[in-house]
Amino acid sequence: MSCDNGIRAEGLVRQFKGGIRAVDGIDLEVSPGEIYGFLGPNGAGKSTTVHMLTTLLPPTAGRATVAGFDVATEGPEVRKRIGAALQEAALDTYLTGREHFDLQGGLHGLPRAERRLRAEELLARVGLTEAADRKVGGYSGGMKRRLDLALALVHRPATLFLDEPTTGLDPQSRTALWEEVGRLASEDGVTVFLTTQYLEEADVLADRIAIIDRGRIAAEGTPADLKAEIGRPSVEVVPADPGQADGIRDALSRFGDPAAASPKAVAVRLDGGVDELAAVVRALDGENLLYADLRVHAPSLDDVFLAKTGRSLEGAGAAVEAEPELAAT
Amino acid sequence: MSAETRREIGIIAGRSVRRTLRQPALIVPSIVFPLILLAVSSSGLAAATQLPGFPADSYLDFALTVSFVQGALFAAITAGSELATDIESGFLDRLQLTPLRPIAVLIGQLAGAAVLSLGASVVYVGVGVVAGANIKTGLGGVAVLLLLSLLVGIAYAGLGTVMAARTGNSQAVQGLFPLLFVTLFMSSANIPRSLMSVDWFKTIATYNPVSYLVEGMRSLIITGWDATALGKGFAFALVIGALSFLAASRSLRTRMERT
Repeated sequence: MSCDNGIRAEGLVRQFKGGIRAVDGIDLEVSPGEIYGFLGPNGAGKSTTVHMLTTLLPPTAGRATVAGFDVATEGPEVRKRIGAALQEAALDTYLTGREHFDLQGGLHGLPRAERRLRAEELLARVGLTEAADRKVGGYSGGMKRRLDLALALVHRPATLFLDEPTTGLDPQSRTALWEEVGRLASEDGVTVFLTTQYLEEADVLADRIAIIDRGRIAAEGTPADLKAEIGRPSVEVVPADPGQADGIRDALSRFGDPAAASPKAVAVRLDGGVDELAAVVRALDGENLLYADLRVHAPSLDDVFLAKTGRSLEGAGAAVEAEPELAAT
Repeated sequence: MSAETRREIGIIAGRSVRRTLRQPALIVPSIVFPLILLAVSSSGLAAATQLPGFPADSYLDFALTVSFVQGALFAAITAGSELATDIESGFLDRLQLTPLRPIAVLIGQLAGAAVLSLGASVVYVGVGVVAGANIKTGLGGVAVLLLLSLLVGIAYAGLGTVMAARTGNSQAVQGLFPLLFVTLFMSSANIPRSLMSVDWFKTIATYNPVSYLVEGMRSLIITGWDATALGKGFAFALVIGALSFLAASRSLRTRMERT
């Protein structure tokens, strides 16, 4: 195994009862200190992958190593080296934040004095020092997520798994968590495997992204490379008069193929890139087609998702069969 | 048992006890409900003491031990619900990502139920004595009574954890309560077996281990030091405890399967 603190999977498969392959042959490699975004809709296989990589679920086929140890045969060694904040911060509402550190640190074998020091350090790091002696039942969603993240770090893991860490959080809490995850990778050299269904989160945080759909990786690369692969920007026009929508569609069709657009708008992906914008405006003016709004969109990860899977990520989860209950193995 | 396992048990037990003590909704019913039933039965069934051959002068003395078994039923539901909640919430996954051994989860989890069971038993004895119960074996008997009720509480708590580990569902654990309550009802809890006139009921009560738990504890209050009744009481408590512990241990190992 070449990457000491990294993650590697080859042909990883998890099949549940009834023959459902939640994860259907995944290959990936995450370098030490990298933030790797695992982007996909609900039911795509993200959590099942995390459960296999964190040793909670044996793979049906394939092989994976974390920090150089095989997840199927060297579980205890893997667990010593990883931290994980799984979906829905699983905390004890009757314990205080500080008591959680005592519990988690104790189970990882940290001596009492070190547990105390580590708790103070991590509580301060995630801004929970003042709330440390309050029961977790009274914490907000953002506080719970921050505590969950801090608890995952108590034994100084080299690799961190975050399963949809910001789902359900308000924008402010989400940004605070992003900053902390970014610091962990850049300052502490922690390898981060992050699952998310939020395009922006993957775009902002991840060094590299894998797009997972129906248990398979549909695309992988840096956000910039993936977007560049799609290449062309799109222009979106909102007709001033809905009756002219067809005319606008005809005019725009001369500049490229149709693209995803907001309701009431018409969009095409510009064959000639952003340089064609002036020609588009001239064409619309020349045919007296009036528009209320005209915008150019750079390619987004949603465009990448659409191009690679044939569906838009927004709402894709609803069309996918829900990821099977992990317990039903 | 290794020092590591003992340390893990201590940590999980500490959490379990802390959680239990912080949930009045767990504590209050397990104390109040058996005492209400005791008050109702000892006043409503007082005339039963007039039956020829009834072994006690006061129905309160006779019925006091029923509270201990009812308390054990609550211990079963508490232990099971607490574990099922951990499974449902994903907290068990958090624990599984540490080096924690399943046996430490089981023993630690039972600790909370044991504290609840013991605390409730102390209250039952106290209320019983204040209400006029006469414990024939005195203070020594009270100590043995508390020990036996603690064993019974742990044995029943084991049953709760089996259900929790197998189903991972707190509602399924709650469903255990009426089932266990029937086993108490079909025992010699409310009337001595010697006075049961309906044959089928007497047969069921005779084969029902709960009868011997009740009779063992009851002997300390109404008979004095009765080695046979006590021996059977302790033996059944230990057998039920051992079986439920083994089953819970096995179920939890399956539930906590990791690589």
